[in-house]
Amino acid sequence: MTIAIGTELPELTIEATPTFVISTALATRDFQDVHHDRDAAISRGSKDIFVNILTDTGLVQRFVTDWAGPEALVRSIRIRLGVPCYAYDVLTFTGHVTEIDGDDAEIAVTAKGSLGDHVTGTVRVTLPGAGS
Amino acid sequence: MIDVEEAARRIAAKGESKPRLARDPVNQAMVNNWVEALGDANPVYTDPEFAKNSVHGGLVAPPAMAQVWSMAGLHGARAADDPLGAMMSILDEAGYTSVVATNSEQTYHRYLRPGEHVSSSIRLEDVTGPKRTALGEGWFVTTRTIWRVGEEAVAEMVFRVLKFSPSARRETVPDTGAVLRPVVSRDTEFFWEGTRKGELRIQRWGGVLRHPPGPMPPDGDLTAEADYVVAEGTGTVYSYLVHHHPQVPGKKTPFVVALVELAEGVRVLGELVDADPESVYIGLPVEVTFLRVDDELTLPAWKVRA
Repeated sequence: MTIAIGTELPELTIEATPTFVISTALATRDFQDVHHDRDAAISRGSKDIFVNILTDTGLVQRFVTDWAGPEALVRSIRIRLGVPCYAYDVLTFTGHVTEIDGDDAEIAVTAKGSLGDHVTGTVRVTLPGAGS
Repeated sequence: MIDVEEAARRIAAKGESKPRLARDPVNQAMVNNWVEALGDANPVYTDPEFAKNSVHGGLVAPPAMAQVWSMAGLHGARAADDPLGAMMSILDEAGYTSVVATNSEQTYHRYLRPGEHVSSSIRLEDVTGPKRTALGEGWFVTTRTIWRVGEEAVAEMVFRVLKFSPSARRETVPDTGAVLRPVVSRDTEFFWEGTRKGELRIQRWGGVLRHPPGPMPPDGDLTAEADYVVAEGTGTVYSYLVHHHPQVPGKKTPFVVALVELAEGVRVLGELVDADPESVYIGLPVEVTFLRVDDELTLPAWKVRA
């Protein structure tokens, strides 16, 4: 694939339904009650159950490899956590290429929900053939 | 008094926790659960034929699952020598009882294959504070987790949490005398004199109204002289914002600040009082009200027109 600095990734929209929040929390083996028990989440001061961090990292990875393809090698995922993503919110992932060094590229990623930036971060990937 | 920095040095000096073996080796069933839940359709995780012909030469696990393999599970507890647990206890004792994660930075040295069994070790990298944050006063605690297969490091994670004191966030009763006071100049004196008398005065240069008032008319005519009109005091919300943070002296957050377009045509800023932020909209009819602070200062504000 040909990429350049500034190349935008196709948007990814994730509907964070309660089923999504719970099934991803369990699939990442995160059994903290705030990710599957609304009463517990509310009693701890949250509005509802919310998406866990391991899922954020996974979604950022998916967002980048959906675009980069199965041959891309993910080298690192660095995320900064912003506002929570509560059940029933919708996350929109956007990103663009910020750096290219041979076959390696850095992508800046933002996942925005109704409350603002949920996650911002960078992903480093190796894209076989990108530098040639 | 607990010396947090001293405790941090002591915990950091112990180095890495003993490697803890994951419950299960990397396995297809957990990978399948993960890709199904997250909606990741990358075939290198699930399609043996595709994976065989790919850059990997066989099935691999999603790199972002690194941490999943070593999660403690439903009834899990931290290891006794886990430095993050030890640091959390120290900060709990020091009164910093709440925690929020701020950063996760994972580096993958290579992809993992089904059958490989990872262990994890954690070390304390850094403790910084006390810092004043939006959530309250707290300490940033940074740890590094290293996942290994045998002796080989396969992935690492720098993880940062803010351990904070929610008491510092306790809502204080607003002292309404402690408002931010406007700077009154020769150009704006008439305006503040008006608010003291319950008049919303708008500067007039001949036939042109100007607000906020300034030293000259919009056309820059230096010989012009200004007077003012007293506005009727009704208008509609032209734009508004809901202020949540930072705290403002004399105000209880959240509150609404509205730019109101007056019947006379100029726009005037002010707080929209007694309004539920959810119910405010552009075009909302409002009227002026005056908030007396003291003998010197009365602030103009808005209230919803009945």
